[in-house]
Amino acid sequence: MLKKKTFKVPSTHADTRVGIGGRRRFLKRAAAVTGVAAGAGLIDGFPLVWAQNIKNVTLVHVGGSYSAIIDIAKQASADLGFKIEMQTAPHDALKSRLLTQPNSIDIADIEYFFQYYLIKKGTLQPIDIDKRFKFWDKIVPIFTKGQYKDGRAVSAQGTLPYKVQYVAGPGAKEFHNGPTKWATGVPTVYNADTLGIRPDLIKHPIDRWSDLLNPEFKGKSAIVSVPSIGIMDAAMAIESRGDIKYGDKGDMTKAEIDKTIEILIAAKKAGQFRAFWKTFDESVNLMASGETVIQSMWSPAVTAVRSRGIACYYAPLKEGYRAWASCLGLMGHLKGIKLDAAYEYLNWYMSGWQGAFIAKQGYYSSVLETVQKTMSPDEWDYWFEGKPAKTDIKDPYGNVMEKAGKTRDGGSFWERMGNVACWNTLMKEDVYLVKRWNEFLSA
Amino acid sequence: MHPRRPIIKVSPNFAAFLQASPLLVVLLAFFGIPLLMIIGVSFFDYDGTNMVPAFQWGNYVDLFESRVTLSLYLKTVEMALSVWAITLVVGFTVSYFLAFHVRSILWQMGLFLVCTVPFWTSNIIRMISWIPFLGRNGIFNQALMGLGVTREPLEFLLFSDFAVIVAYVHLFTLFMIVPIFNSMARIDRAVIEAARDGGSGGWRILWEIIVPLSKTGIALGSIFVIAMVMGDFYVVNTMSGGHSSSVALAMYNQIAAVQYPQAAASAVVLLGIVTLMVAAILRLVDVRRELAGH
Repeated sequence: MLKKKTFKVPSTHADTRVGIGGRRRFLKRAAAVTGVAAGAGLIDGFPLVWAQNIKNVTLVHVGGSYSAIIDIAKQASADLGFKIEMQTAPHDALKSRLLTQPNSIDIADIEYFFQYYLIKKGTLQPIDIDKRFKFWDKIVPIFTKGQYKDGRAVSAQGTLPYKVQYVAGPGAKEFHNGPTKWATGVPTVYNADTLGIRPDLIKHPIDRWSDLLNPEFKGKSAIVSVPSIGIMDAAMAIESRGDIKYGDKGDMTKAEIDKTIEILIAAKKAGQFRAFWKTFDESVNLMASGETVIQSMWSPAVTAVRSRGIACYYAPLKEGYRAWASCLGLMGHLKGIKLDAAYEYLNWYMSGWQGAFIAKQGYYSSVLETVQKTMSPDEWDYWFEGKPAKTDIKDPYGNVMEKAGKTRDGGSFWERMGNVACWNTLMKEDVYLVKRWNEFLSA
Repeated sequence: MHPRRPIIKVSPNFAAFLQASPLLVVLLAFFGIPLLMIIGVSFFDYDGTNMVPAFQWGNYVDLFESRVTLSLYLKTVEMALSVWAITLVVGFTVSYFLAFHVRSILWQMGLFLVCTVPFWTSNIIRMISWIPFLGRNGIFNQALMGLGVTREPLEFLLFSDFAVIVAYVHLFTLFMIVPIFNSMARIDRAVIEAARDGGSGGWRILWEIIVPLSKTGIALGSIFVIAMVMGDFYVVNTMSGGHSSSVALAMYNQIAAVQYPQAAASAVVLLGIVTLMVAAILRLVDVRRELAGH
């Protein structure tokens, strides 16, 4: 199954537009920027002890195509002096590779709920956030404390990263409640997902999840057909409509799953859904062609629709966002010089370049400070502060993606991430859910 | 000079076995062993993240107890039969035209190649291109409305069983044409002339001579089409917009959820059912005898 973001967003749609030349020019410029940053003492703390041997190290980084981006590997290899090999794999393939061929991966780039699969098997080794990883205290508290800046607790429905963030130490087979000196993974790419709409075809504002099931959009709404994510979008809509009050949308009981599926089947039979999409491009095409006017969507898909000159809006909704987050984990077999290299890589990852790169795709990085230093003030204001762009906003490959004067959908970082209702997850009743979801699809 | 005696003498049977052995090795290594492993795994237990080696019938019990299994199989078989019927009619007609109406061999082969032209592009492209064509704002709907045939766009054209069947027929008809055309091309024209001289009409010739003598091709084509539809998950998912499911799509979802033993059990059951269908076809037509008879 093409799980969440099995797409090639960042590279594909940019590739078709710029071609190699544009990208290469961009890389050169970017390298120059990093050079300056390094000179200014931003990137430091790389020991020279292994300087010679470490050049022979190759780290294999495997993740989804939305985060394991080749440009990041090139930049990292250039900055670090050893080789990062970036490989992409859809969620399912990545999951089975982690479980069945762990030695073929060095750096696991995974969504947080993967940790449930991995912890008992000891696939990953915990990360020393006290001595070897340098940026832990700079990471946004959503991850490190499960809190917002003002101390409010972040919704723990689903896999709030904080719940699976810490272990007692090496060899631990379960998560630790509360911070320790050992992290299961370093948070990297994350975002707040919501519904995408066609404002030109819907004549009134959309501000609730229940509109996904609104008969007004009969035959024109769509839902993502990844059971674990689709059910959550459905649950947001159903709860918003008032049919069910869930105990925990991220950990439904069998009865809750049954009721949810019943409602979905009824909606399906009434012709509510135009389609159930599995891949990024399907979601883009459904929206762009007008087959749907409201649907589950990822942020870059909204951008992709807009880049075709078609109005598309990533609507902030009253009930909040369904968030997701990825982290980098160190595979259990890493040791010696390779482990040293892996820590250097983790530190490089947080030092700004990568964060700025993915921020320009509409995602967030977990250390904001270094991103701010790497971006132009105007870019920072647009992406993170929710202010109108003073100049045209460009994507990581240098293409204009938003005209001056526009504001980001949903507003600032804290307006978006500060309003999370639930997190992508792996439910305890996952087996049952998949079974019932198949019934829904074949109903 | 005397001819040298062979150093090793082998019986004809053993020689035949040796000749077939490379294929046997390939089949065993790449089909037999993996299949045995899948059957083995289908009896394993699992707990969501781990496969636990065991011998238990739980996966099969789950499969047969699930309400969805029967409806999936009915749906998939219904799909397979509809597609089979349509591709058979289209495939037979095209082959008949090629074999009996086109006189020159050159033209025959030329037109046959034309049939294969669409297959020079990838399956996926051929399937996906139906989406903008059949869509709500697609070319077909716009044409209908432009001509004044319909007022509203026809919604059933895309993301429906109709769309799935259109794509299947488009993708698989050639697999019907090739074997049927092959059978028809080998029918001795003298037999047809004799029938005509004996006073048979066109329909009788078709029904009593051409159809029976094309049976091998029809059987082979049917096996291809039915096996491909029964095992498909991609076309059905894309063209139905996720509205329809198939046996293989359910299996795919189980694999994605790392429920390998469950998926393996589904695969074994599907294999069993497809094997039965193929056996039924072969029961009706003895392909080996028909092929050897020519």
